[in-house]
Amino acid sequence: MDQAFDLPGLYPVLPEIALVGGAMALLMLAAFGGARAAGASNWLAIVVLGLAAVLVVATGTGKYEAFAGSFVLDDFARFMKIVTLVGSAAAILLAQESVGDQARGQYEYSVLILLSTAGMMVMISAADLIALYLGLELMSLALYVIAASERDSLRSSEAGLKYFVLGALSSGMLLYGSSLVYGFSGTVGFAGIARALAGGDSGIGLTIGLVFIFAGLCFKVSAVPFHMWTPDVYEGAPTYVTAFFAAAPKVAAMAVFMRTATNAFAPIVVQWQQIIVFVAIASMALGAFAAIGQTNIKRLMAYSSIGHMGFALVGLSAATPEGLQGVAIYMAIYMAMTLGAFACILAMRRADGAVEQIADLAGLARRSPTVAFFLAMLLFSLAGIPPLAGFFAKFYVFLAAIKAGLYALAVIGVITSVIGAYYYLLIIKVMYFDEPAPAFEPMRGELRMVLGVSGLFVLLFFIYPRPVVEAAALAAKSLF
Amino acid sequence: MAQLWSDYVWPLTVMVAQSVLLLVVLLLAVAYVLYADRKVWAAVQLRRGPNVVGPWGLLQSFADLLKFVVKEPTIPDSANKGVFLLAPLVTCVLALAAWAVIPVNAGWVIADLNVGILYVFAISSLMVYGIIMGGWASNSKYPFLSALRSAAQMVSYEVSIGFVMITVLLCVGSLNLTDIVDAQDSQWGLFGWFWLPLFPMFAIFFISALAETNRPPFDLVEAESELVAGFMVEYGSTPYMMFMLGEYVAIVTMCAMCTILFMGGWLPPIPVAPFTWVPGVVWFALKALAVFFMFAMVKAFVPRYRYDQLMRLGWKVFLPLSLAMVAIVAAVLQLTGLAPR
Amino acid sequence: MTLAALFFYGFASVCVASAFMVIAARNPVHSVLFLILAFVNAAGLFILAGAEFLAMILVVVYVGAVAVLFLFVVMMLDVDFAELRRGSLTYLPVGALVGVVLLVELVLALGSWVVTGGVTRNLAAPTPPLATLTNTEALGLVLYTRYVYFFQIAGIVLLVAMIGAIVLTLRHKPKVKRQIVADQVRRTKASAIEVRQVRPGQGL
Repeated sequence: MDQAFDLPGLYPVLPEIALVGGAMALLMLAAFGGARAAGASNWLAIVVLGLAAVLVVATGTGKYEAFAGSFVLDDFARFMKIVTLVGSAAAILLAQESVGDQARGQYEYSVLILLSTAGMMVMISAADLIALYLGLELMSLALYVIAASERDSLRSSEAGLKYFVLGALSSGMLLYGSSLVYGFSGTVGFAGIARALAGGDSGIGLTIGLVFIFAGLCFKVSAVPFHMWTPDVYEGAPTYVTAFFAAAPKVAAMAVFMRTATNAFAPIVVQWQQIIVFVAIASMALGAFAAIGQTNIKRLMAYSSIGHMGFALVGLSAATPEGLQGVAIYMAIYMAMTLGAFACILAMRRADGAVEQIADLAGLARRSPTVAFFLAMLLFSLAGIPPLAGFFAKFYVFLAAIKAGLYALAVIGVITSVIGAYYYLLIIKVMYFDEPAPAFEPMRGELRMVLGVSGLFVLLFFIYPRPVVEAAALAAKSLF
Repeated sequence: MAQLWSDYVWPLTVMVAQSVLLLVVLLLAVAYVLYADRKVWAAVQLRRGPNVVGPWGLLQSFADLLKFVVKEPTIPDSANKGVFLLAPLVTCVLALAAWAVIPVNAGWVIADLNVGILYVFAISSLMVYGIIMGGWASNSKYPFLSALRSAAQMVSYEVSIGFVMITVLLCVGSLNLTDIVDAQDSQWGLFGWFWLPLFPMFAIFFISALAETNRPPFDLVEAESELVAGFMVEYGSTPYMMFMLGEYVAIVTMCAMCTILFMGGWLPPIPVAPFTWVPGVVWFALKALAVFFMFAMVKAFVPRYRYDQLMRLGWKVFLPLSLAMVAIVAAVLQLTGLAPR
Repeated sequence: MTLAALFFYGFASVCVASAFMVIAARNPVHSVLFLILAFVNAAGLFILAGAEFLAMILVVVYVGAVAVLFLFVVMMLDVDFAELRRGSLTYLPVGALVGVVLLVELVLALGSWVVTGGVTRNLAAPTPPLATLTNTEALGLVLYTRYVYFFQIAGIVLLVAMIGAIVLTLRHKPKVKRQIVADQVRRTKASAIEVRQVRPGQGL
C-alpha cells in the first residue's frame, strides 16, 4: 500500500496531539497522584491549553493538510483555534474554585474540557464529513457529561439528559444529511463535494442532505428552530459549566458551519443563503423578544446567546470574505463579552450559596462599584452600543450584509438589536438605581482576572482593533 | 440437471454426511468426557465414581440419557413458555454449531472459514443467551439471579478471551484456524507451539475458558449452596439434558480451542518418525483430553470464588494483563521483524 | 446464484419481520430477543455480501455484548411497555408526520439516485477484489493508513464515554468496607500472628 503514513505529516496536528496527550497524562495523574495532584490539575490543564495555543501559532502561516486532506490547518483554523483555546482556558479559570468547592475531587472536569476542546479543534480543522462528525461527537459527549456533572442536583441531571437526548437527535440529522451527501457525491471530502456540486450532478438529494447537515449544525450553535435546549441547559447546568457552554463550543460550531458552507457547498450558495437568512432573522428576533420576560440571569444569557448567534449568522449569509471576516470578529468579541458576564454571574454568591436572579443584582453599584462598572460595560457591549467592542462586532457583519445586497436582513438586524438593548439596559438599571439587595461574598481572584481582561478588551477594542480585524481578514480569505 | 447435481446436491450431501459424522463422534465424546469428569472428581475425593452401569460404569452416561429422555417434561405455570423451551435449544444448538469450523486434522473441517476464530468467538459470546433466557423465562428468583450473574460473568471474561485470541492472531497473521495450527509447525515440535512464547496468555485463556463455560471454581451461576441449581432450577427431563449437553459440548469446544491456539492442534509433539505416523486426529484428541483433564482437576481441587473476586479477577487482573500483552507482543513482533509477512 | 438469492430473501425477510416485531411485541424482553434475531440475520446478509469480517464483528459486538446488556437492563426494569405506550398515542400524529416527511424525502432523494461518473470517480478507497485480499486485511489496510485519524478520534470518543460513565456513576461510599487484595496478600506470619506463652492458672 502506497498510502503508508509518514510521521512528518503529523506536524499540523501537533496541537491536537498535545491536548489529547495532556488530557491522558492528567487522567493518570488524577488516578494515581492522589488528592494533591488533583488540586493542581486545573492549572495543568490551562498549561496544556497554552501549549496547544503556542503550537498553533508556531505553525506560522499558510495552508497545511494532513491525513489525506481530512485535516486542514489554514489561517482560518488558526484564528478559530486560538479563540477556542482561550475560551476553554478561561472556562477552567472560572471553574477553578467552584470545582474545588464541591469537595468531591472532580478533577475530571478539566480533563473533559481538554478532550472537548480537542473535539472542537478537530471540528475547526475538519475538511471532510467524517472528521466533522467525529469532532462534533467528541466535543458534545464531553459536554453532556459536564452538564450533568453535579449529580446530586436534579436540575443538573435534567439538563444533562435533555442536552444528551436532543444532541443525539441532532447528530442523527447530521448523519442522515451526511449519508445523503455521500450517496450523491460519492465522497465525504469537502473539496470533492464542491467538485460534484460544480459538476452539476447535484439533484435534490444533495440539497436535502445540505438541509439536514445545516440543521445539525444549527443545533450546535443554538440557532432558532433548534434552540429549544439552550435555556433549560444553561439554567440547569452548574454556572461554571454554562460559562464554558456559552463560549468555546459556540465558536467551534460556528467555525465548522462557516467552513462547511463555504468550502463544501460553495457552488450552491443561493440555496443555503436562504436558509441562513431565515435562521439568522428567527434567532435575532427570538433572542430579542424572549429574553425580555426572563428573571433568571442564566436563562437571560441563554436567549442573549441565541440572539448573538443570529447576528453572527448575518455575516455568514453574506457569503463573502467580508461577511466571514465579520463572523470571525463577532465570535472573538462575543466570547470575550460572554466570559466576562459569566465571571460576574459566578460572583453572585452569598454565604448560603449561589444566586442567579436578576433581582439579586439590585444596587450592585453601591456594594461593589468596580464590578458593577465592568458588568455594565459588558452589558452595553452585548447590546451593541458604541464605542464598545460589541458595536464593532455588529458593525462588521451588518456592513458585509449590506455590501452583499441583503438590506432587509441588515435592517431587521438593527431593529432587533435595539429591542435587545432593552433587557441589557434593564439589568443596568437594576444595578444602579434599585434598592441594594444583600451583599455578595467577595469576588475571588480568578474571576476578577477574567472579568478584568474581558472588560478591558471590550472597553479598549476601539483604540487598537487592528490585530483582531486583520487576523480575521486573513482567516476569512483563507476560506475562499 | 447435471450441473444442479454437481453444484448443489452433491456438496450438500457431503456436508450433511460430514456434519452427521462429526455430531455422532462429538456426542459420543461428550458422553465419555462426562464420565471422565465424574471419575476424576471421584478419584480426587477417594471415591469410586460411577461404576454400576456397564463394565467400570462405562455406560453410565447412556443410562442418564435414557432416564432424562423418558421422564415427563414439566413447564412451570407462570413461565414464559416459548422462551422457556427455546433456551435449552439455543444452548445446545449454539454449542454444536461452533464445531463447524474446528479443524481436527489437516483439512478435516466442515467449513474452512477465513474468519474461523471470530466465528468461534461469536458463538461462544452467544452462549450466554441460553442461560439468560432460561433464567428469565423460569419466572422464579433463583434462576433469575443466576442469569444475571452469568450474563455479567460471561461478558467480562469474553473480553480477555478476545485479547488472548488477538495475541495469537498477531503471531499468525490469519484468522483461519487451520492457518493458526500450521503456523505452529516447526522443527522444534512441542517447543514451537504457542504455549511457550505466549505462556501468560495460555494461562489467562485457560482460566477465562473455565469462567466462560461456568466451570468450577467460577460456577457461581449454579452455586448449589446459594442458588440451588441456578438457572436450571425449573428444568427437568429433556430440556435439562440439553442444557447439560450444551454445557459439556462448550467445554469440549474450549478444550479444542486451547489445543488449536496454544498446543499445536493435530501436530505431533516431536516431529520425528514414530510420532509422525500417528494420525493427526489422534494427537488432537489426546491434547484436547489433556486440557480437559486439567479442567476436571481444577473442578476437584479449587474452591469456588466469591462473586466480587470473580469480577475483580476478570476486570482488574486479566483485562490489563492481556491488554498489556497485546501491546508487548505486537511491539516485539514489530521490532524483531518476526511479524508474519 | 439462485441459492444465494434464496438465502438473501430468507435472511432479509426474517430480518425485516423481526425488526417489525421489535416494535410490535408486547413484552420488552421479547422485543430484545427479536432485535437479536434481526442482528443475526443482518450478519447473514453481510456474509452474502462477502463481508465476513463485518458479519462476525456484528455478532460479537452487537449480539454478544450490547444486546446482552440491553437484555440485562430490560429484564430488571419490569416496565409495562403497553402501559407506557398508551399515552404516546397522542403524539402519534406528530410522529407520523415527521416519519412521512422523512420517507418522502428519502423517496425523492433515492428516486433521483443514479451512479454517475462523478460518484464512482470520487470513491476514496474502492474495495479490492476478494480473490487477492481477504476483507479483514483489506479493512485493516485502509483503517490504519487512510483512516487512521478517524480511528484515533473514535478511540478518544470512547475514552470520553468511559470517563463520563465513571464520573456520573462512581460513588465512593465512606462506610463500605472494601477488600484490598494486595494488603491481604502482603500479610505475613510475623505481622498476623503473635505467639504468647500462656502460663497455667494465670491466663494472659
